[in-house]
Amino acid sequence: MAVLLCAAVVAGCSNDLDGAEVPGGGAPAKRAYGDTLIEALLADVSGLIPNILSDSPSYEVGGLIYNGLVGFDRDLNLVGELAESWSFSTDCLDLTFTLRPNATWHDGRPFTADDVLFTYETMVHPKTPTSNRESFKVIERVDVVGPRTVHIRYSKPYAKALQSWGLSVLPRHVLEPYVRDGKLREAPQNWKDPVGTGPYRFAERRAGEKIVLVANRAYFAGPPYISRVVYRIIPSQPTIFLELKAKGVDAGRLNALQYARQTNYPAFEKAYRKYRHAGGGYTYLGFNLKDPRFADRRVRQAIAHAIDKRELIDGVLFGLGRDATGPYKPGTWAHNPNVKTYPHDLARARALLSEAGWKEKNAEGLLVKDGKPFTFELMTNQGNEERRKVAEIVQASLRDLGIGVEIRIIEWASFIKEYVKKRRFEAIVLGWGIGPDPDQYEIWHSSKTGPDDLNHISYANPEVDDRLEKGRSACVPAERVKHYHRLQEILAEDQPVVFLYFGDALPVVSSRVHGIVPGPNGIRYNFPEWYVPAALHRYTSG
Amino acid sequence: MHAFWRSLARNRLAIAGGVVVVCLVAAALLAPALAPWDPHRPSIKQALAAPSAAHPLGTDQLGRDVLSRMLYGARVSLAVGFVSVGIATIVGLILGSLAGYHGGTVDAVVMRFVDLMLVFPSFFLLLAVLAFLRPSIWTIMAVIGLTSWMRVARLVRAEFLTLKEREFVIWSHAIGASTLRIIWRHILPNAIAPVLVAMTLGIPAAILTESGLSFLGLGVQPPHASWGNILNEGKDAIEIAWWLSFYPGLAILVTVLSYNLLGEGIRDALDPRLRQRGR
Amino acid sequence: MLLYALRRLLLAVPLLIGITFISFLVIHLAPGDPTEFQQADPSTESSAQARQLLRELYELDKPLHVQYWNWLTRIVRLDFGRSFAPDARPVIDKIGEALQITLILNLIELLIIVSFAVPIGVLSATRQYSLFDKVTTVFVFVGFATPDFWLALLLMMLFGVQLGWLPISQLHSANWEYLSFWKRYLDLASHLVLPVVVATFGGLAGLSRYMRQSMLEVVRQDYIQVARAKGLAENVVVHKHALRNALLPIVTILALSLPGLIGGSVIVEQIFAIPGMGRLMVQAVFARDYPVIMGNLVIVATLTLAANLIADIVYGLVDPRIRLAGRRRT
Repeated sequence: MAVLLCAAVVAGCSNDLDGAEVPGGGAPAKRAYGDTLIEALLADVSGLIPNILSDSPSYEVGGLIYNGLVGFDRDLNLVGELAESWSFSTDCLDLTFTLRPNATWHDGRPFTADDVLFTYETMVHPKTPTSNRESFKVIERVDVVGPRTVHIRYSKPYAKALQSWGLSVLPRHVLEPYVRDGKLREAPQNWKDPVGTGPYRFAERRAGEKIVLVANRAYFAGPPYISRVVYRIIPSQPTIFLELKAKGVDAGRLNALQYARQTNYPAFEKAYRKYRHAGGGYTYLGFNLKDPRFADRRVRQAIAHAIDKRELIDGVLFGLGRDATGPYKPGTWAHNPNVKTYPHDLARARALLSEAGWKEKNAEGLLVKDGKPFTFELMTNQGNEERRKVAEIVQASLRDLGIGVEIRIIEWASFIKEYVKKRRFEAIVLGWGIGPDPDQYEIWHSSKTGPDDLNHISYANPEVDDRLEKGRSACVPAERVKHYHRLQEILAEDQPVVFLYFGDALPVVSSRVHGIVPGPNGIRYNFPEWYVPAALHRYTSG
Repeated sequence: MHAFWRSLARNRLAIAGGVVVVCLVAAALLAPALAPWDPHRPSIKQALAAPSAAHPLGTDQLGRDVLSRMLYGARVSLAVGFVSVGIATIVGLILGSLAGYHGGTVDAVVMRFVDLMLVFPSFFLLLAVLAFLRPSIWTIMAVIGLTSWMRVARLVRAEFLTLKEREFVIWSHAIGASTLRIIWRHILPNAIAPVLVAMTLGIPAAILTESGLSFLGLGVQPPHASWGNILNEGKDAIEIAWWLSFYPGLAILVTVLSYNLLGEGIRDALDPRLRQRGR
Repeated sequence: MLLYALRRLLLAVPLLIGITFISFLVIHLAPGDPTEFQQADPSTESSAQARQLLRELYELDKPLHVQYWNWLTRIVRLDFGRSFAPDARPVIDKIGEALQITLILNLIELLIIVSFAVPIGVLSATRQYSLFDKVTTVFVFVGFATPDFWLALLLMMLFGVQLGWLPISQLHSANWEYLSFWKRYLDLASHLVLPVVVATFGGLAGLSRYMRQSMLEVVRQDYIQVARAKGLAENVVVHKHALRNALLPIVTILALSLPGLIGGSVIVEQIFAIPGMGRLMVQAVFARDYPVIMGNLVIVATLTLAANLIADIVYGLVDPRIRLAGRRRT
C-alpha cells in the first residue's frame, strides 16, 4: 500500500510516521503484565483480513492480530517479524527468507513456509478482491525450500520487494477453501475469530460497538504486557474527547483544535500524554492541467506565491502541521530539503501572472485575458472540514490577486466518480496519503492519466517519467535517493499541484501506559512492549 | 375577509409574532448595511474570539464575524424556511384536497404516490438532481419543498374525508354550490388548522435541512453563510466556542416561536366560530 | 370494510414491486459506484482488475432489469443477499443487529413522547393562552429548535464528565460481559438515559402541537358547546366528549409514524456511538451498498403500506361517515 487516496476522515489517513515530540517522559518503572487498554476508533473495522481491506481501523486492529515477514521499526527501517533473516541476490532478483522457528498460529498450529506461499497465492488469485496485487505480480515464482525457508524470484528488479512482505501472512489451513472459491470476503474469519500469529488474539466483537483482543501468551517474541485491548468504536470526535476526559477510553487521536486549545490544563496533562508527529499525508491544491490557463506554469507558480502557507497551517491546523515543498515528508530519507520554495509574495505573483498575459482587470477587480475574467471552480469532498477551510482561505487569497474562485463541496463517491475520474474539474483540494516507500509512479507518471488512474491532474513531464521508472526499479537505495531528489526539484519548479502541508498526527495515550518510544514511525510500532506498572493497573482481567 | 383582519389585529400575541418575523426579514434584507464586517473574509488571527465590542457575537474558526455571517445567513435561512415550506404546503394542499374530496381512484393514486415519496431514499433523488442542476438557493428551496409535502397532504386529506360528510358541506351541495367554491369557502378554512401546525414545524426543519444538503453539494456553498452551516461548523468547537452554535440555534428558535404565534392568530381569525364570539 | 381491506392488501403487492423497481433504478443510476469506494488504491492494473472482479461479483455488469429481476426473485424468498461492504455479511444480519437497537430506543422514546405530549397538548388547549400554555409552547419549541448534537454534548459534559453520574456513549460498559444478569439491564438503562432524553426533547413539539390543535378544534365544535351550555362539569366535557374525539387524528398520526420506528437518528447515533439503523444506512448510502439500501427499503415500504392501511381502517371504523371505498354521491 504505497499510496492511499485519502477519503473523508482525517485521522483515517495518517500512517504514524516520522519525527515526534515527547511532552514529558515517564520515569522508568518496573514492567508488569496485565491491565486493559481501551482505545477509541472513529470507525468500525471493515473486516479482519487486512489483505483484502484498505481502511485504517482494519490495519490498526489487524496489525496486532497478524504479522508480516518484515515490519518497520521506530526509525522506519525494515526489521524481521516472522522472518528471522533474509538475503538478496546481487541482481536483486532473488530474495530468500529464513523464518522464525517458534511462531505458531493462534489455533496452535505451527507457522511454516507453506503459509508464506499460501499468502502469495492468495494475493495473486484472480478472484481475490485486493488492491494490493501489484507488488506480487512482479514475482516470477515462490518456492518453499524447506519448512523455514522461502525463496522468491522476481521477474525484474523491484525496489519495494522487501517492503511488500510486510503484509499480513495468512494461515493456509484455515483460509484455503475460501481463497480457492474466491470467497475470502465471506470467510467467517473476516468477521470473527481470525487466526493470525500476532501478539494479540481475537476475543470478541460487537458489531459497530467494540472489538476485544487478548494477549497471545504464546507469541514468538514473548507475550505482550498489556493483557487486553478493547477497541471502542465512537464515530464522533467530540464524543471521543469527552470519553477521554471521563476516562472512558485510554487512547485515541485528537484533532488539531483539541490538541491546541482544549487539552492544555493540568488535569488532562497529568492523565494523558499527547504525542505529535508528522502524519502520513499531505494536502494539495491540484489543477486540471488540460485547462489552458493552468497549463501555463507561471500561473501555477503565481498561485503558489499567493497562498500564505503559514496562515493556512495556523488557520486550518492551529499550527499543527508542516509546510510541504513536495510529495515527501520532511525528515524521511527520500525528502529533498533543497528545492525551490514559494514564499508568500503577492508582487511576485502579479508579475508572473502578467507575464502569462493576465494584465488587465475588469470592473469587479478580476484579471482579464482575451476578454474573459479569471475565475474557476474549486472542488473538494464533503465531510472534511480541513479541506473546506483550505478552500475558503485559498479563495480569499486569490481574490486579492484578482482571481475569482467558486467553491463546490460534493459527497465523496459522486465527487470521485463524476468529477475527478471524468476530469470534470478545474481545480481541487485533496490529499495523498503516503507510505514509507517513495515510489509515486501511479501519481505522477504520464502513462497514468486514464479515468481509473491516479494522475488526475493529467501531469506529463518526460524527465519525471524517467526518474519514476528508474526509482522504482533501482536495486541500490543510494541510487533511488538520487532519482527521488531530482524528482522533487522538478515538481517544485513545475508546481503541477501546489503542495500545501503535512498535517500532524496527534495520538494521545493514558499516562499510566509506559514503554512508548515515539519516533519517525509514530508510536504504535512497539505496542507489545507497552506496559502499565503494577501499581497503576486500572482494570483487572485475565 | 374583513372580519379576518379585524380578528387578527385584536390578537396581541399574533401581532408580536408578526413584528418579529418582519424584523428578521428586514435584518436579512438590510444585511449589507447592517453587517459590521465582511462575512466571507477569513482573518486567521481573530479565530474563535469570544464575543466582544468589535465582534458582538464572536468569531468563527476562520476568524470571521459571526454577527455579520448571521445577518447574511438570515437571507438564506429565512428564504429557505419560508419558501420551501410554502412550496410543500401548496403541493400538499392541492394533492391532499384532491384525494380527500374526490376519494376513490383519485385518492388511491395520490396516496400511493405519497407512499412512494415517503419510502423513496431521497438521498439518491438528490444525487440525481445534482447531476442536472447547479446548486443555487432556488434549487435548494425547490428540493426541500418538493420532498417534504407528504405530511401536509395526508393531514389535509384526513380533514377532507371528515369534513365533506358534514352537514354544511352536504347542504352546500344541495343548494348547488360549485365544487371549487365548496372546497375554497367551506372545507379549506376548516381544514387549515393542522396545516398551520405542520408549517410551523416545517420551518426549522427546512432551515436545518439546508445545511444537511450542503453535504451533497446542494446547500449554499462556502464561504456563504446560512444559520444551519454556522451551527454545523460550531460542532467541533462547542466546548471552547459556545457562541458558534448558540446564536444560530437561538435565531432558529426565535423564528419558529414568532411564526408560531402568528400562525395561531391566523388560525383563530380564520375560525368563524371564534370570530363570532370575538375573543 | 373487509372487502376494502382485502382489495388494499392485494393492491399492495404490485405497489411494492413498483416502489422497489423505481427505487432500484434511481439508486443504481445515481452518481457513485460501489466498487469505487472500497478500491482506493494506487496500482492501476490491479485496482482496475479488482474493480472488474467486484463488478462481476455484484452482478453490476448485467443490464439493470436483469439485476432487478435477480434481486426480486431472491427477495420473494426472503433472501436479502450479502452486503457489498468488505465484510460481505448477510444483509439480514446487518439490518437485524441495528434494528434491534433502534427499535428499543424508538419504542422507549415514543412511549415517553406520547405520555408527555398528549397531556401537554390537552392541557394547553383547554387552557388556551394561559401561562401553562405559553410556557409549554416555548418549552416544546425550544426542544424542537435545539440542535441534537448541542444538547447531547451539553448533557454528556454535565452528567458524564462533570458529575460522572451517567456513561457518555454507547449502550454497554466495557466490562458488560462480566456483569450479573440484573446489572446488565441496569447498565443498559443508564446508557439509554441521555440518548432518550435528547431524542424525546426534540420530539415533543410535533405530537404536542398536533394534540393541542386537535383538542382546540374539538372543543370548539357545537356539541361540546352544547354540552357546556347544558351545564355539564368542565371535567366531564373535556374527558368524556372532547378527548376521545381529539385523540382520533393523533392515533392516525401515530399509526403513520410506525415506519419511522425503524429509522434511526443519524446525529444521535453518531454522537452517542450507538450502532443503530441511522448509522448503518448512512454508511450504506455513502458506500453505495445497494443490497443494504434495498433491504431497508423493502422493510420500510412494507411497514408504510401496512401503517397506511391500518390508519385508514381505524379511521373508517371510528368515523362511519367516511366512505373510503369512494362511491360517489349522486
